[in-house]
Amino acid sequence: MTNAWGDIKHADLVVVMGGNAAEAHPCGFKWVVEAKAHRGAKLIVVDPRFTRTASVADFYCPIRPGSDIAFLGGVINYLLSNDKIQKDYVKAYTNATFLVKPEFGWSEGLFTGYNEEKRDYDRSSWDYQMDEQGFARVDETMTDPRSVFQLMKQHFAIYTPELVERVCGSPRDKFLKVCEMISECSSPTKTMTSMYALGWTQHSKGAQNIRGMAMVQLLLGNIGVRGGGMNALRGHSNIQGLTDLGLLSNMLPGYLNLPTEKEKDFGTYMSTRGFKPLRPGQTSFWQNYKKFFVSFQKSMWGDRATAENDWAYDWLPKLDVTYDVLRTFELMNQGKVTGYFCQGFNPLMTFPNRGKITAGLAKLKWLVTMDPLDTETSRFWENHGEFNDVKTADIQTEVFQLPTSCFAEDEGSIVNSGRWLQWHNAAVSPPAEARSDVFIMAGLHLRLKELYLKEGGAFPDPIVNLRWPYAQPEEPSAEELAKEMNGQALSDVFDPTDPTKVLVQKGKQVDTFAQLRDDGSTASFCWIYAGCFTEAGNQTSRRDTYDPGDTGLAPRWAWAWPVNRRILYNRASSDVSGKPWDESRKLVWWSGERWTGYDVPDYGPTVKPEQAVGPFIMNPEGVARLFTRGMMRDGPFPSHYEPFESPVANVINPKIRGNPAARIFKADLEALGSPDQFPYVGTSYRLTEHFHQWTKHVWVNAALQPEFFVEISEELAKEKGIEKGGWVRVWSNRGSLKAKAVVTKRIKPLMVDGRPVHVVGIPQHWGFIGKTKKGHNPNSLTPFVGDANIETPEYKAFLVNIEPTSAPAVA
Amino acid sequence: MTIGEVSRRGFLKAAGVGVAGTTLGAMGFGGAEQAMAQAVRPFKLARMTETRNICPYCSVACGVIMYSLGDRSKNTRSALMHVEGDPDHPTNRGTLCPKGAALLDFVHAETRLKYPMHRKPGSDTFERVSWDFALDRIARLMKDDRDANFQTTNKDGLTVNRWTSVGFLAASATTNETGTLTYKVMRSLGTLPFDNQARV
Ligand code: SF4
Repeated sequence: MTNAWGDIKHADLVVVMGGNAAEAHPCGFKWVVEAKAHRGAKLIVVDPRFTRTASVADFYCPIRPGSDIAFLGGVINYLLSNDKIQKDYVKAYTNATFLVKPEFGWSEGLFTGYNEEKRDYDRSSWDYQMDEQGFARVDETMTDPRSVFQLMKQHFAIYTPELVERVCGSPRDKFLKVCEMISECSSPTKTMTSMYALGWTQHSKGAQNIRGMAMVQLLLGNIGVRGGGMNALRGHSNIQGLTDLGLLSNMLPGYLNLPTEKEKDFGTYMSTRGFKPLRPGQTSFWQNYKKFFVSFQKSMWGDRATAENDWAYDWLPKLDVTYDVLRTFELMNQGKVTGYFCQGFNPLMTFPNRGKITAGLAKLKWLVTMDPLDTETSRFWENHGEFNDVKTADIQTEVFQLPTSCFAEDEGSIVNSGRWLQWHNAAVSPPAEARSDVFIMAGLHLRLKELYLKEGGAFPDPIVNLRWPYAQPEEPSAEELAKEMNGQALSDVFDPTDPTKVLVQKGKQVDTFAQLRDDGSTASFCWIYAGCFTEAGNQTSRRDTYDPGDTGLAPRWAWAWPVNRRILYNRASSDVSGKPWDESRKLVWWSGERWTGYDVPDYGPTVKPEQAVGPFIMNPEGVARLFTRGMMRDGPFPSHYEPFESPVANVINPKIRGNPAARIFKADLEALGSPDQFPYVGTSYRLTEHFHQWTKHVWVNAALQPEFFVEISEELAKEKGIEKGGWVRVWSNRGSLKAKAVVTKRIKPLMVDGRPVHVVGIPQHWGFIGKTKKGHNPNSLTPFVGDANIETPEYKAFLVNIEPTSAPAVA
Repeated sequence: MTIGEVSRRGFLKAAGVGVAGTTLGAMGFGGAEQAMAQAVRPFKLARMTETRNICPYCSVACGVIMYSLGDRSKNTRSALMHVEGDPDHPTNRGTLCPKGAALLDFVHAETRLKYPMHRKPGSDTFERVSWDFALDRIARLMKDDRDANFQTTNKDGLTVNRWTSVGFLAASATTNETGTLTYKVMRSLGTLPFDNQARV
């Protein structure tokens, strides 16, 4: 989220597309209800199903799963061709004025530089024209045909209401009504918010779905303002935190990158991270990259990371490829993975193409699960009839099932969708012998360290020298770790403008990342968290409900990264002169001497408006990017691609299957189904009564939603002879499952490219352990392919077939 | 003082204690209330220990208050009795959805794991083991594989120091502090197949 849950009450229009907040985020959705009740806000829902969010919407428009870019492209085209944009904002705060290289282009569904064999682009032409000083050329009038603005107009011109109707199955009049409602928010005093979740991410072009709406929001001037923003609702309680901390194959904490093997030394690594401003006078905050990197290395290896050894650069592993979960399970299937840990994770019930997941786990020598609950993954070797049909004796995997504490027994901070770090305390002790994850991880580290000290072995240096300054080495406390995330001075830190002045004394916690240094005098595990635990104490446990201006931002409740800022890019809430676009919804403004307001300014506090520093200070451009240069693998603008399994061909270029830049392994390509055998579109989702596969262990929730089902339209039921509540078999080219049929008016066939397309809705909350009846999950069916940029699997649009059947044998 | 100025829970708590010790008169009520107060049973949660927590499910991250019996002194075990929405919390303001409202049963689920368990290759059952057995053996298995498969340089002779034959899937609901320690331990080993729910 760029904004906060409580801020949604300031919106004039809420667009829920790619999510179902009323059911999946109920207590957050109340802020939409608040906006409707007290501000007269309108709610639009665009979704393949008439969800409960849709049931309270002012306007609902159906859409075929996997066609969001065509829809959003249509909205962008509408805004541009009807001149419904916030022009001053677009001109000053986005790269619409920037000129793009003459070689860049797009034709027949592909951008310049495509290599079909590699399924990848040479992205060198996706960039600005540069002048002699290395600055990007701009045209303030935005009329130059090479300006981003004109290129955008041209790129989206094909997304006419006719095309939208043909591709998305959204009736033209409904689509146009949505456009009209959205376009009203181009006024500086009207704001729209976008609320989305996994309905947008779980596609082979998920990142571009989100880009599509981000562009809409920039064109409307809705980023950085109250009641606006791009609000990713986020599925899990601390998924934001674990992302911030970089628990991903290719990341370091705080959105720094793990080096690749091409970056052979620290100098090479840093050489591409200069982040020189691309326009005169811009901040380009990432120029501080080295300070954050060195402080991280000091946090890992303390005294052993020195200037002489390039801050232990060689102690970090170097990537050849990214080992995302899809690649890892592919390698497992190839027999290249020996052991695997699942910490609070149940891949057998969640990862795509369950058959491949089972086969992979069975090839492991060993598997370790760490979970408060008995997961299916930890029992993947156990036979449960139709629900887990494996040959136990043949599975040679050694399995450890380690019992861990749950939230009620644990303390620490977790990060909500609004980037607030909130501390929680333990009320009780874990049951029987269950222990914390920290106990397990520390136990493994200490044992490995001892083994390496005793026996030697492969490259022990980063292990035996890992900084471990904890009072109780076997189980470091949450407080110690929180202080480590924040960071401290390892020696006195001086004021750069006055070297006699000590800013932070040796041994003290830093207050902000501005105090971090690249000379080894500071350590900070995660620079964006600097400020969460200072000398003033644990900021994440603050509980003051003070809320000046009734902004809903609660600045003294918990702590938000970065620097307790609640709305990102908030400088953009005021015009170029520093005056709020909307006085009634002012957020951050220029007082004549400094930037002030209800939030911590996302800007230099005393930078005068006439200095014309852009509000997007992290970007070297100083402005937001409508055109993303070469930063995304599949294009600088979103372009419509069909899902890898689609009932129709891509109308722009029928030869393109799926996202042309998405990676797909050979066996998985062969496992794709075609519409003649699998004519229906499958999609997955959550129910309000359940949380993934956790709550099937919970008596109350199991009673509320006891049994697996699929949802289909009355029309499809009739066509297939399926009865309400009858058993059906649903199968894809990868797997098959049985379920009860819920025949509903909530799903209707859509007319796509002249013929009806039926959707089969498959919720995902079952398994073979817990209080509910045994059941399946969509992952038995879904394809093993992910988003081109981040490899999120395509769970939201795939092909299935369906027929009536008999009840499964009781396991 | 009027009721409006007291938070709901504050009022209930004060009222509960009041009945046990003094009377509601101490809160500014007249004699009529006093008679009624004597007939009212003490508010059950007044004797509980309150602990602030956050719902572990979705990222709305609703504030919850957990009520437990026991004072959390050493050598005693507390028992969780009730979980409800935190009325002071700026996001949920006391509300919980059907998931959060049933958290007590999550903590007490029959299928909560209690002991480290081990399944031998080919076996059809888990056997209970000690923590030392489990951690010693896992550390041994990790080291044996790391020593066998760790790559110091790539084919071009460049330093890569990576380990790709053991993977780690991190959680989505553990704390930042757990995430930090997990990161330190796994990255210091050179682990590259390292991911979490964010990508899924
Ligand atoms: S109570 Fe419901 S809405 Fe609130 S955090 Fe929990 S799951 Fe999300």
